[in-house]
Amino acid sequence: MALANVLEIPAAGFSFENAPRNAALEGLLDGVQTPKPLKTGTTIAGLVFKDGVVLGADTRATSGEVVADKMCAKIHYISPNIYCCGAGTAADTEKTTDLLSSNLAIFSLNSGRNPRVVMAVNILQDMLYRYHGQIGASLILGGVDCTGNHLYTVGPYGSVNKVPYLAMGSGDLAALGILEDGFKPDLELEEAKELVRASIHAGIMSDLGSGNNIDICVITRKGVDYIRPYQESQYKDSRKLKYKYRPGTTPILTEKVVPLKLEVVHETVQQMDSA
Amino acid sequence: MEKHYTDSQVKGVSTGTTILAAIFDGGVVIGSDSRASIGGEYVSSKTINKVIQVHDRIFCCIAGSLADAQAVTKAAKFHLSFHSVQMENPPLVIAAATVLKELCYKNKEELQAGFITAGWDKKKGPQVYVVSLGGMLISQPVTIGGSGSTYIYGYVDAKYKPNMTREECMQFATNALALAMGRDNVSGGVAHLVVITEAGVEHVVVPGNKLPRFHDE
Repeated sequence: MALANVLEIPAAGFSFENAPRNAALEGLLDGVQTPKPLKTGTTIAGLVFKDGVVLGADTRATSGEVVADKMCAKIHYISPNIYCCGAGTAADTEKTTDLLSSNLAIFSLNSGRNPRVVMAVNILQDMLYRYHGQIGASLILGGVDCTGNHLYTVGPYGSVNKVPYLAMGSGDLAALGILEDGFKPDLELEEAKELVRASIHAGIMSDLGSGNNIDICVITRKGVDYIRPYQESQYKDSRKLKYKYRPGTTPILTEKVVPLKLEVVHETVQQMDSA
Repeated sequence: MEKHYTDSQVKGVSTGTTILAAIFDGGVVIGSDSRASIGGEYVSSKTINKVIQVHDRIFCCIAGSLADAQAVTKAAKFHLSFHSVQMENPPLVIAAATVLKELCYKNKEELQAGFITAGWDKKKGPQVYVVSLGGMLISQPVTIGGSGSTYIYGYVDAKYKPNMTREECMQFATNALALAMGRDNVSGGVAHLVVITEAGVEHVVVPGNKLPRFHDE
């Protein structure tokens, strides 16, 4: 079947091809540690409202105690009607969602259909289960398809749960408190956006690994509204000095202009068959 | 995710559960709670579905690692569907139980999941099978499983009678689940009950606040 060989199943298990090389490198460059995977220490949330799904995320990516990226995008594009928030190891969530997105794009082209959220969930579940938790990706998948508005969570070991509202990441407990208190089925758009914003805000305030701005993504039948940032951090500092050099900082000593002489050697005109 | 995981045996989300199944006169009742936990401390879901339909008249209840159980039941659903197409007949309940048992036994090193399979077929009527962690398969008229089952062995042994009516059996199952959920911290939420008979399948959900209460609650 044409569709089956698009989603190739790679060899089972985790690939340890680079493990001996990495160990040797660590031995050679003594004292130097191999880079640790960048974890996003995150707050992500999602909820199903009357006309669709709202996803929210903070934008801080931490590497140990340092904020590595203040404007990290944690809401990933999967397909025109499905977006995915990722918590856990940044590389894992990026790559997993990219892989899923490419596979679904090929599927859409082959079958002529828009992918369904449940298909994306099944592919993710199969992949993450196969790696037995080695891929540290906790994902919230939300989307709208012909069967309705859906929100799913996929855990790193491959467990799946379908829910009306959800929060994940290191700030999930704070965010979940706000969601549990404010969630009602069939909220209106503005209420839903405000509830998600408030829950991410709670995560940012109560968790050191979450912070900076809040991104919101609204998915409805009509389309997607990716608002980045929805709310900017009030703790942005303004730089006291400018790091750009004024034009003229570097004095010009001499200037020499050499025109390139080009001559037409040969010209051919080929007509395209546009019948 | 890591902060929730303490020294629980199961990695990731666990169903730490109470599941049961019982045969009555003309059918079988299969039921479970709805709590999923991580590390025995954090309830990651209050409404997880543990009673999974693997074929028209065959359901199974899951216990153990949620990821492993979902993966196994997915594979089992596929195998049974294919089997029933080949045989041009609905599969027997023992076939479903055997499919699960093969998966659990062959992969016993990697998997941490146990199942109770219950259903109705034309050959033997209502049946209940247990597939435990290592892949043992046995048939019993009534069975309980999961971490919460330890608290209700006495109740089940005392109160189960063969050939009960459907209502008696429903009441028995609801009481058993309520008692277990009341004592086990990793069981809770709502009680899902599925009644399978020759005529069809009925799914009953009893919310937490409508469960029977006992003297000290």
